[in-house]
Amino acid sequence: MAYGPKIIEHYENPRNVGTFGTQSEIKQRKDVGVGLVGAPECGDVMQLQIKVDQRGRIEDAKFKCFGCGSAIASSSLATEWIKGKTLDEAEEIRNTQIVEELSLPPVKIHCSVLAEDAIKAAIEDYRKKNGLPTHDHDHEHASA
Amino acid sequence: MSLNLPIYLDHAATTPCDPRVVEAMLPYFTKEFGNPGSRNHSFGWRAEEAVDRAREQVARLIGASDKEIVFTSGSTESNNLAIKGAAEMYEKHPVGSGKPRGHIITALHEHKAVLDPCKRLAKQGFDVTFLEPPRDGVITAEMVRSAMRDDTILVTIMWANNEIGTINEIPRIGTLCHERDVIFHTDATQWVGKMPTNVERDSVDLMSFSGHKMYGPKGVGALYVRRRKPRVRLVSQVDGGGQERGFRSGTLNVTGIVGLGKAAEIAMEEMDRDGQRLLGLRRRLEQVITQNLDVTQINGNPEKRLPHLTNISFGFVEGESLMMACKDIAMSSGSACTSASLEPSYVLKSLGVGDELAHSSLRFSLGRWTTEEEIDFAAASVIRSVKKLRELSPLYDMHKEGIDLSKIEWAHH
Repeated sequence: MAYGPKIIEHYENPRNVGTFGTQSEIKQRKDVGVGLVGAPECGDVMQLQIKVDQRGRIEDAKFKCFGCGSAIASSSLATEWIKGKTLDEAEEIRNTQIVEELSLPPVKIHCSVLAEDAIKAAIEDYRKKNGLPTHDHDHEHASA
Repeated sequence: MSLNLPIYLDHAATTPCDPRVVEAMLPYFTKEFGNPGSRNHSFGWRAEEAVDRAREQVARLIGASDKEIVFTSGSTESNNLAIKGAAEMYEKHPVGSGKPRGHIITALHEHKAVLDPCKRLAKQGFDVTFLEPPRDGVITAEMVRSAMRDDTILVTIMWANNEIGTINEIPRIGTLCHERDVIFHTDATQWVGKMPTNVERDSVDLMSFSGHKMYGPKGVGALYVRRRKPRVRLVSQVDGGGQERGFRSGTLNVTGIVGLGKAAEIAMEEMDRDGQRLLGLRRRLEQVITQNLDVTQINGNPEKRLPHLTNISFGFVEGESLMMACKDIAMSSGSACTSASLEPSYVLKSLGVGDELAHSSLRFSLGRWTTEEEIDFAAASVIRSVKKLRELSPLYDMHKEGIDLSKIEWAHH
């Protein structure tokens, strides 16, 4: 598949790869929220971790991704975008913005959906851990 | 010597033409351009001589007589002619009789050019059994035997699998079919020209193969059609001028046929040496990769396989990104015909390779000009890429932490 230059750039130099600890360590940390979305048999799994400061701002984000070049690029871009944002601001990010920024081909739209889901899942996890009210999201995604 | 990049390790998809083949073909584009069907002048006669010579070269490669070779456009056409042509010729009960027209046996991990003709016949009133391959991918005579019925008319089992290179029990399946008076067809696209073939010894009735898989040109192939014990008849699928003894009408592709003949002659001379050399290189590739990476799996039976082809699954990395990372190596995840889709390989799935491993499998197929340097470069590149992608992979982290991935409730899309 021929990819655009932005996908290739993110794929070759992914930003913010990593974790804030092992799965069991992360479970204990209240300042970190984790979103794990996708499934191995579908060929995509994204893990997004956010570290949130006292004032509810995402001070750092890390990702790991099992998936195609587009999935890796989408999650890399997501970490860049959410860093420095409040949880409410980060929640506003839509998959269509990722599609536009990376020029994702139509067959790869689902990668951007996965990235949006990962952001929401990480925020939700953080809120649950900290006893904050969680929102029920309508999962309305553009499909093309 | 410096390496020429990218490195081509996808010879199961297609091979380059041998320069000796191209040289043999060239005069037939310009000077010797006659139609072998023209019986009244020397242009036609010389074209016919060239076709006759090629027919002998091809026949010799597979231990057949020249009268048993039908030239086609390639294996897909050969498969269609063999399967549909035999089914229509040997049907047991006519359409509308309320009974199946006849029973056909094939396997789930055949090429689409066999599966789809079989599926069409199933729609037209034939019963088709699709054998499920075992984990090692090898279809045995015993499996075929247990699927046989009184109304079985045709067995079509490929000689060697195009994705994993495993070799089915061809002489035994052929013998079994002859005992039961059942026509036996084999798609030998990946086999002929690479491995010694003798249609008499191997009890084959119909056999498909292509020029471009054995260093010949694209767009030409052949169907072997047995003439005695038994004499196999087929209903032609392309009607017209009655060329190829009525099996396949259409002006002969003289240049292509000359190329196929030359490729067959060279293959006969060189296949043993090529095979030995490529087996060594393939083993080197497999060894270096599996010694340097954990959680890898070589798919298919370890012994019964083509010397020049291997299919390796890499746990916890995804196939497309792996190919992207190995951008200096031309290879395939799945077969070329299916790699445009996002589905994991149906061949690997039919062997029971889990979806997550089937997503991360690469097929390496070596060829006449593959060098040791290229293999070492490819192995190093694959190892580096898998390691890089595993650093990115949340699944590899979980695996190292001892988390059982099958126990996680994944959110399916």
